[in-house]
Order: sequence, then structure tokens, then C-alpha cells
Amino acid sequence: MPTFNLKINNKAYTVEADSDTPLLWVLRDQINLIGTKYSCGIGQCGACTIHTDGIANRSCLLQVSQAEGMNITTIEGLSEYGDHPVQEAWKAIDVPQCGYCQSGQIMTAAAFLEKNTNPSSEEIRNAMNGNICRCASYRSIEEAVKVAAKKMS
Amino acid sequence: MQTSNKISFSRRSFLKTSVLASGGMLIGFNLFNACKEDAKMPVDLSQLNYNDFNAFIKISEEGKVTIFATNPEIGQGVKTSMPMLIAEELDVLWEDVYVVQAPLDTENYRNQTAGGSQSLRRNWEPLRQTGATAKQMLVNAAAARWGVEASTCTAKQGVIINANGETIGYGDVVLEAAQLEVPEDISLKDPKDFTIIGTKTANVDIDKIITGKPLFGLDYKEAGMVYASVIRPPAFGQVLESFDATTAKRMPGVIDVITIGEKARAMLTEGRPNWSVKLSTTDKIVVVGKTIWDAIKGAKAVKTTWKTDSNLESTKEHDKKLLDLLNGNKFRTRRKDGDVEKAFAEADKVVERIYESTFLPHNTMEPMNFFANVTPEKVHLVGPTQTPEAAANAVASLLGRPIEDIHVDLTRMGGGFGRRLYNDYVIEAAEIADKIKMPVKMVSTREDDMTTGVYRPACKYKIAASIKDGKLTGYHLKEACVNGNMYGLVPNFFPAGAIANYQVDSVPLRSNITTGAWRAPYTNFLAIAEQSFFDELAEEMEVDRVQLHMDLLDNVKKNPSPKVDYSPERLQGVLQMVVEKSNYGKTTEGVYQGLSVYYCHNTHVAEVADVILDNGMPFIKKVTCAIDCGIVVNPLGALNQAKGGVLDGIGHAMYADFSFKDGVPSANNFSSYQLIRMGQTPEVDVHFAKSDIAPTGLGEPTLPPIGGAVANAIYKATGQRLYKLPFMNNLQSKEVIG
Repeated sequence: MPTFNLKINNKAYTVEADSDTPLLWVLRDQINLIGTKYSCGIGQCGACTIHTDGIANRSCLLQVSQAEGMNITTIEGLSEYGDHPVQEAWKAIDVPQCGYCQSGQIMTAAAFLEKNTNPSSEEIRNAMNGNICRCASYRSIEEAVKVAAKKMS
Repeated sequence: MQTSNKISFSRRSFLKTSVLASGGMLIGFNLFNACKEDAKMPVDLSQLNYNDFNAFIKISEEGKVTIFATNPEIGQGVKTSMPMLIAEELDVLWEDVYVVQAPLDTENYRNQTAGGSQSLRRNWEPLRQTGATAKQMLVNAAAARWGVEASTCTAKQGVIINANGETIGYGDVVLEAAQLEVPEDISLKDPKDFTIIGTKTANVDIDKIITGKPLFGLDYKEAGMVYASVIRPPAFGQVLESFDATTAKRMPGVIDVITIGEKARAMLTEGRPNWSVKLSTTDKIVVVGKTIWDAIKGAKAVKTTWKTDSNLESTKEHDKKLLDLLNGNKFRTRRKDGDVEKAFAEADKVVERIYESTFLPHNTMEPMNFFANVTPEKVHLVGPTQTPEAAANAVASLLGRPIEDIHVDLTRMGGGFGRRLYNDYVIEAAEIADKIKMPVKMVSTREDDMTTGVYRPACKYKIAASIKDGKLTGYHLKEACVNGNMYGLVPNFFPAGAIANYQVDSVPLRSNITTGAWRAPYTNFLAIAEQSFFDELAEEMEVDRVQLHMDLLDNVKKNPSPKVDYSPERLQGVLQMVVEKSNYGKTTEGVYQGLSVYYCHNTHVAEVADVILDNGMPFIKKVTCAIDCGIVVNPLGALNQAKGGVLDGIGHAMYADFSFKDGVPSANNFSSYQLIRMGQTPEVDVHFAKSDIAPTGLGEPTLPPIGGAVANAIYKATGQRLYKLPFMNNLQSKEVIG
């Protein structure tokens, strides 16, 4: 079985996997980074969102063979102490209900706010539209993104 | 310190003394009304591990408090709100409280289920009494040490104070307190003295959620654990004929390919366990892999042949049969007041409408999964279930094991919405583990989850009302539903008691498609139908919609009846509140408002939807929601539930399209099934009635009314009445956003 060298949260990992294995499952089952969630497996819901070279990406659609050489960040590596402005905003607004989709929501929001620190409501709604929350915590997410934007600008 | 097990213990003394055996660092108060009367003492107290028995509260000698959350957490917030009840009466700082999810413990806890929005309502008194009793014991211990009367001492925020102003912390007297008699006749706080109940309290798991720590069933791991993917029939009505797993078995990550079903069939000969669905009698193929991906990939490589065993049903034929049933006479009458037929015969006018819904999958974000490990010593089950006790009983029956062998640990759930009331996936996991003799986690893919669900049944209502001299004289509700829906108390909801001649009838259409509870079962579509119907009635009667409701509720007030399950005063209260907060009826140019007022799950809710037209197309701009759920225990959690319920209701009323053709579901993932997304959500403005009445649940009640409010607003905006779900498919202009 081929091996792959991955750089995740600034640490180097070597994993053995079929080349078509989605990075999602390598993260969860092999590297034990379970903060990245499985929900649809076809890039429709955003629960598995990670950063690759700073860009929000769906780890269920990214094959492990494509991930070599990328600078990968998962929710576990977003901040050392859970105090990224987006995480702090999520806490301040008490966004989660069941909480399952929220690491994906946070990763999408964090990548978006790196590029746009003063977003309009419409821009936030467009940026977050790819992430499903079955509990429909959407209005709290929108509010939290605004709070985080203020901290990051 | 007492550690001897020779002392004879009453139930109550056990409950405090047993804790001393845990090593003395931590003390547990595990008692009273929230526990079962026959909570048993373990055989050998000296062998007690603190994890071996349950406790609602532990207080360390440092004064830190651990509170066990007994009920399953599905996102409804009980892991936070239920411990708040204990902490309030115990009178400690919330910052000093650490909440731990308790395992299933049928010996000692009551009713560890999540369903029907009942957790807070049922535990309001018992949990507060538990906290208050523990506090009194601490006060008594301090008083004894000081040599003063306990009645001269008070306690607040973890500190006891006597008449001389001397203070002592809970942690300092906790060992002495545990050796005292358990006091009776404990008085509870006056709601005006609450310091924790009613304060905004963040989700106790918030730090773990935002940093991606393991919390959910899918996150659970154990050494040596393998994974299983189950191949089930692609259509309802099919069973396994044969399969070829040669290719799959050659894959390096595949450990084995087996079948299950034999034990489940044997179990069914003794009857279906509670909270399990009608299990298919088919064999299922199970691919066991080293990782989840190995199992999923292996499953795709198995060649299967299925044969038809019973009807392959289609929505088209359901629609016809349900309409035939609605027009027929096979009903069971659920409630009958007066004589609707006579009222209809004597009426000036009879209004009759039919409303139609689709099936709905639950689509919890975390797909069904469960861990099982079956050993000669015990059966260990870990994962997300709303009904852990039923799961344990079903597995005991499945494997022919005594219930004492079954241990269930609960994980936080990535959503429930009713799906995890049913333990079909737990039964599967246990049968797999029993067969392969390895710790295993059964994991459903999204496709498995959506296509082998326990769906909200497709349902149709025919509602007729008679009008005579400008008054409503009769109301006749008929339900025809796949596998049935109507439940005992529902006929006692509004307008029961408000109209002299009132009848509710229902008839099921038997189907092999598995159906069950979906968030706010019984009413999630009924409310849409009735609240749309009342809007039309008001128009027919040429009366103001709000006035129509106020008058009908006045009728109930004049004739109180035990067969009315709602409070007319509280329904009027939320109605008036929503009218005021939303400016309902005061015309704002370009804004079209729809009203809905409903009672279910013991909570009273009124909602107004504001729709605007954007290039001629309706867009839901804002929802105003007024709620009377009694005392609001956690305003933050309550707001989340209220908003979430409204938006969930909008999403499913507008977009959710799920049907069957020849037994095969019409969608299998989010690419073919639309859930509401952020861009489609309106602002939700929530108002809670001020109240000192005991709290009722919020996990469900804001969902049922919203579809009616939206339909009524769209009617005002476009002139089109909506009778069929999803609204999106039935709007004359299909380009609706919102």
C-alpha cells in the first residue's frame, strides 16, 4: 500500500492508505483528528471542512494522494488554546445546538474572514451557504461571524 | 470515615454512605425523587468504584461540584439545563459545576429518554429537590459543627453562614454531611430568588465542540475496534437473494464479509421490542473493515441480488389510496363532541379543504452509528440513542443475555429529531459484534441513512367546518396517514372545546415503509393544515383572524373541560404578544404577514411570518415568535431551540421533497434532497411570556406552527393558497427564494 507524507497542523505525518482514500478518513481513522466530521461524503454539507494552504476545502472530496505537499489545518490546529476569534465568537454567541456541524462551520468562517474582515450580511450568507446545520443554528452563526469579523479587523 | 459494609443501610443511607467508599475525596448525593424507589445497594460497598454507581451530585472537599446529566443530549440542551436545576437549589456557583454525561442506569435513574420535549418538564421538581436536599444536609452538618440550630444558618454560593456571621464552605463539611440523616420536607426556592435558573448559560460542551474534541458516537474509539458497513435492501419490500463478496474479501482493508438477520428474526418471533422499528426480515450483508473507509469501499465491491418479498410501493399509489380513505368510512373516531353531521346539515355554509404532506427523512448530521462489544462477561454498547433503556432491552433479547450484562454509555448526539428513538442500528451493531467477536462500530453512510430511514409518514387531512349565522358551529378533522399518525391527546388540542360540534377521525394506510416520530410527531403537519384552514375560515366568515381565535378561546374559558389539553388563557396570551411584537394587521407597504397559533408538547406558541415580494417572488424576511413555556430555565438554550425550530419548520415546509417509487426512496443524499441553508433563513425575533409556572419543553413546539404562518403570508402576497408540501413545488411561480 502506498505511503503519503502529510503536513497537518504544522506536524509531519506519514500514512499508509489507498491513494483514493478521502483525506477525511485518513484524518479521522488514522491520525485520530476526529474534529473533522463525516456527514454526506459528497461535498454537499461542509461538515468535513478543513484548510488547505489557507483555503476552506472539503476533506471528503480530497484524496490523500492529492493532499501531499499541502499545508493542512484542521479544527484541532486552528488555534493552540481554542481561542481563535471565530472560536471565541462561537462561544460568546453560544452557537451550537447538537454541535456536530460546527467545526466545519468554524473552519469555513475562519478561512472566509482571513480574506474579508469587514463582510456584509450578504457576503457572510453567501460564504456560509455551503455548510448545512440540521439544527438550523444559522442566525447564530451569522451573528458569530460578525462578532469574529470585528475582532479580526 | 465509615467504610464498613457491615452497617445496615436504608436505601437513603446507602445513597450517601456508598459515596464514602469511593475514597473520601468526592462525595455523592444520589437520591430522592429523581431516582427509582427501589434503587439497590451494591453487594460489597468496599469494592465500589465511584464510576460504578450513579450520582446526581458529587462535591469535592475543595467545594467543586460534579453533576451528572442523566438524559441523552441531542442538541436540545438538557445536558446544560437539567444540571442547572440541581445547581440552583444546591446553591453553588455555576462556575464551580462540572457536568458529566451519566451512562444508562435503569437501576437508579428514571426515564432516561429524549423525546416529546419532556425532559425539563418531568424533571423540574425532582432535580430541584435533589439539589435542595443536598444543600440542607450540608447546612445541617455545618450547624452541628458549630453547635447551633440549623434553622439559624443559611447557605449561598457554596458557603454556609451562621447567625454570628461565621462561614464554612460546602467542601469543608461534605464528609460530615454525608453521614447525617437525609432530611425530609425540603422546601424549594421561590422563583424570584433564582440565580442560575433564568440566566443565560452556555452549552456545557461548548469548549469541546469548538475545538473538535471527541464527543459524538462517530468519534468513539477503542483499542482493537473494527468497522462495519451494512448492505440493506435498496427498496422497501425486497429481501436478499444472494451475493458475491469475492472481490470485497480480496481487498486488503476488508477483514470479513458476513450476514446478519438471523438473531433479529428470532427475536421478532417473541414480539417487537419497544422503540424498535418493524425490522425487515431480510438477511443483511456486513462488510467488516479495518477502517470506516475500508468497510464502505468493501461494501461497494459486493455484488448483490435482491428479490421482491412484499409490495414495492410508490407515492403515486399512496396518494390515491390515502384520498380514497379520506373519502371513505373506515375511520376510527378519536373524539366526538356534539353532532358534526347535524351541524353541517343545518349550516349556512360548509368549508372543506384537503392538505397533503410528503414523507420526511430525519437527516441528522451525524449518520446512524453504534459501537458494540459482545464478550462472555458483558455487552458494551456506546453511541447515540434517544432511548438507551429500550436499546439495552432489545439487545438483551436479541442476544439472549440477562439485562444486567448490557452496559450502555451515551455519547452526545449529532442530532436526533426522533430518528434515534428507534434502535434498529443498535440491534444491527450488536448482532455484528456477537458474530465477529470483535469490538465493532457499525457506521451508516449518508446514503444508507437517508434510504433506510424511519420516515415521517406521508399524511393527508380533510378538514371541514360549518358556519351558521356568522359562527363556527362544527369542525370535522379526518386524517389518512401511512401507518397512522394521530395520537391520543392530539384531539384535545385546539380547537377542541371551542366548537360545540367537533370530531376527529383517523385511518391508517398500512405500508412496509418504516415510519415513526419526526420532530414534533403528530403535529408537524397537522398544525400547517389547521392553521392554514383557520386563515381561510376567517376569510370565509369575513372576520378578523385574530378575533376569530380570541373568540374561540373565550368559548373554552367559559366552558372549562378536562378534555382540553391547552390553556386558553396562555394561547390568548401568546397570540396577543405576537400581534403586538410583529405589528400584525398594521399594514406596512410591501410586507405580507401570515399568522399561526398552536399548542403542542405542553407549550403555547404564536408566530407571524413576514413575506415580501422580490421581483414578484415571495421571500420570507422575518418571523416573530411568542412563546409561553413557563419559566425559561436557560434563556440562551431556549432561544437556540426556538429559532432552530422555526427555521427547521420553514425548511421542511418549503423544500423537503421525499417520495417513493417501487419501494425506492427519491433521494439519497443532500445533492438530491434540499435542507434549508443560511441564505434562505429569515430573521427570527423570539419573545418569551413572563411566567412563574413550571417549565415545559422547547425542543419541538416552535416547529409545527411556522408552516401555517408561511402559507398564510404567501397567500396574502400572491393570492395562492397552499395545500400541499413542499410549498416550493406547488407555488405557481417556481422561482421562489426564501
